[in-house]
Amino acid sequence: MDLSFSAEEDAFRAEVRVFLKAELPAPLRENMLLGRRLRKEDLVEWQKILYRHGWGAGMWPKRYGGAGWSVVQQHIFDEECAAGGAPAQLPFALRMVAPVLMSFATAEQQAYFLPKILSGEHWWCQGYSEPGAGSDLASLRTSAVRDGAHYVVNGQKTWNTLGQYADWIFCLVRTSTAGRPQQGISFLLIDMKTPGVSVRPIVMVDGEHEINDIFFENVRVPVGNLVGEENRGWTYAKFLLEHERTNNAGIGNCKRELARLKQIAAAQPAGGRALIEDPRFRDHISKVELELMALEITNLRVLSKVHNEAGAPGPEVSLLKIKGSQIVQRLIELQMQALGHDALPYVREGLSPDWVPGPLLAQHFPAYAPPLSGRYFNYRKTTIYAGSTEIQKNIIAKMILGL
Amino acid sequence: MDFRYTDEQQAMQATLQRFVARDYDFEAQRAFARSGIGYSPRAWSQYAELGLLGLPLPEEFGGLGGNAVDVMVVMEQVGAGLLLEPYLTSVVLCAGLLAAAATPQMQRALLPRVAAGECKLALAAYEPAGRYELSHVAATARTRAGGWELSGLKAVVLDAPSADAFIVSARDSGATGASSGVSLFLVPRDAPGLTVSSYPTQSGSRAGDVQLAAVTVGAEALIGTVGQGLVPLEKAVDAAIAALCAEALGIMNALNQATLAYLKSRKQFGVAIGTFQALQHRMAEMFIAEEQARSMTIIAAVNAHADGAARRRAVSGAKAYVGQAARQVGQEAVQMHGGMGVVDELIVSHYFKRLTMIDRTFGDVDYHLARFADSAVPRD
Repeated sequence: MDLSFSAEEDAFRAEVRVFLKAELPAPLRENMLLGRRLRKEDLVEWQKILYRHGWGAGMWPKRYGGAGWSVVQQHIFDEECAAGGAPAQLPFALRMVAPVLMSFATAEQQAYFLPKILSGEHWWCQGYSEPGAGSDLASLRTSAVRDGAHYVVNGQKTWNTLGQYADWIFCLVRTSTAGRPQQGISFLLIDMKTPGVSVRPIVMVDGEHEINDIFFENVRVPVGNLVGEENRGWTYAKFLLEHERTNNAGIGNCKRELARLKQIAAAQPAGGRALIEDPRFRDHISKVELELMALEITNLRVLSKVHNEAGAPGPEVSLLKIKGSQIVQRLIELQMQALGHDALPYVREGLSPDWVPGPLLAQHFPAYAPPLSGRYFNYRKTTIYAGSTEIQKNIIAKMILGL
Repeated sequence: MDFRYTDEQQAMQATLQRFVARDYDFEAQRAFARSGIGYSPRAWSQYAELGLLGLPLPEEFGGLGGNAVDVMVVMEQVGAGLLLEPYLTSVVLCAGLLAAAATPQMQRALLPRVAAGECKLALAAYEPAGRYELSHVAATARTRAGGWELSGLKAVVLDAPSADAFIVSARDSGATGASSGVSLFLVPRDAPGLTVSSYPTQSGSRAGDVQLAAVTVGAEALIGTVGQGLVPLEKAVDAAIAALCAEALGIMNALNQATLAYLKSRKQFGVAIGTFQALQHRMAEMFIAEEQARSMTIIAAVNAHADGAARRRAVSGAKAYVGQAARQVGQEAVQMHGGMGVVDELIVSHYFKRLTMIDRTFGDVDYHLARFADSAVPRD
């Protein structure tokens, strides 16, 4: 039993810290630490900075331009980025479509797409869910019909994250209705500028535009954009999910939110003392802190098993997803709760860096307050997306417990 | 970073599993619990032969110099086998305290005998009105020519009936709850004025109330420094709490296995009840609770002998977390076994009772949640 990082891993952590201190733009850092809205340019800029440093894709193999990190190094990097106020890299390109391309795409496809992912030139989004296919993804109906050198795509994708910025979308489409639903699905890459693709914003519970419906109306996609074999898309989709679900405990992010929660609770006045001194509120913090302490070790147990036995993470990542999403929800909820009646004002301008509160609001509504209620509403998504808590429990029951 | 048990630890684990299967199955355990002394003297001798009794003790006193992770390995099997012997009390808690704080003379006199299975110790520290506070010491220690005179009442002293000697906390100065002014003494079982009134516990082992009526001991009976006994006492109890977490973990693991097997075998409405999603999801939650409790138990074991706030944070955090996980797993295991969960003839109810009593031992979830939060502020 050895919970310590190796000397090399400690040195790597120090290296990441030095890098963040030197390279993370100060305004980006401040916006992150105050939980403000980030723009597309912020994320693209950060990806380009990482790329110039050779860290554009930490865990990609070096032959694809990655840094070739171990799972433990990636964990250290994520943790330091979260603590240091650097944004997390979006998973859609780096952790979702890229591993599929590396394993199943042609050399030509790899040579075209992977470098542009690495450099931040291409923004990718995901086309999986449909209005009638959520947790039961295999029942999807968006069709791709072969017509000469093209597929003609018709249908609707939904719950698409940040597709309003995307250059490309990777889609699961139906190329056959024969056999089981899983057997007629293909994995198709579609240029968002293709005629017939339209994006309709879905305004979320917090009033923000983060997700979209995407409509495909007779969209002609070159057959060269098919990944792997026709009707084998479900296999690739499952492969993708395994990659998506590694590192999904979000330990670094949770640690930052816990620290933020304690700062807020220490700053919030509560009838002559700080809120953090209220035993009831303190108990709320302690309980979620304990869940996080446990999950950090559980996460490292999974990572070190992968690391020491050179295996792939198994269905135990479902545990990490369930607990990680519940913990971050609770932390965000307590931040909102800590505000008391200052949770009520809906000050949308407060999400921007240049906002200045009016003279009265300034007396009781601190700089950290504007995003908190909206974040609470927004974060309900975390136990729903990427395989809901219920789907994850199904996976544990079936794959681990054999029920 | 490596979370695997070493080869030696795995060997110890396998040895104990074989021991339980061969000599300490459920039927045997029930018989030991119902016997007059409430445990198996034969098993105790076997522990000595296996090296368990000296495992965490220094090598110079006949021990093996093991660490808290070694103890964790043992205690998981103590839990799974519902072992009744005073291992935690005598070896981990009391001998551990002596190894840390007693004079070399006392260590030489006692530790080899503990390791050999010839001497059992118990801790007489908690008092009737003190709940889980070790600093609540109303028992008094007055200096007498060449020694001390001890008076007071110690409540629910674990394994008191079988103890050959007690470690007693008594106050030489200060108010009842003060952190200084507490001293520790070794008091032989047959000291005049010491009486033990014994009872069985809900989980089968034995305990008792220890009355000290002007018990006199020599100056050499003092453990550690006069008036500063609370520090080594708290450290020793923390190490015992880490071990207790591992015992609870072993039980949770056994209960989850039993419940899972039951879900697969018990048929209602023509199908195994494990096909019902309402039960599958709760079983998944029990699995998660066990895994998370294992992580906290590891944290406690690795920090069991650390100093001050780091130790308190780890140990109290683990005790609070494991306590709530154990409550969940225990109650759910009973519920999912239906009527079979609440009968004496199945081991499930006995696991449940032991888990419940573990949360009442050395501080419950509420107590340790508060101590966890307080540990952000260093005290020693």
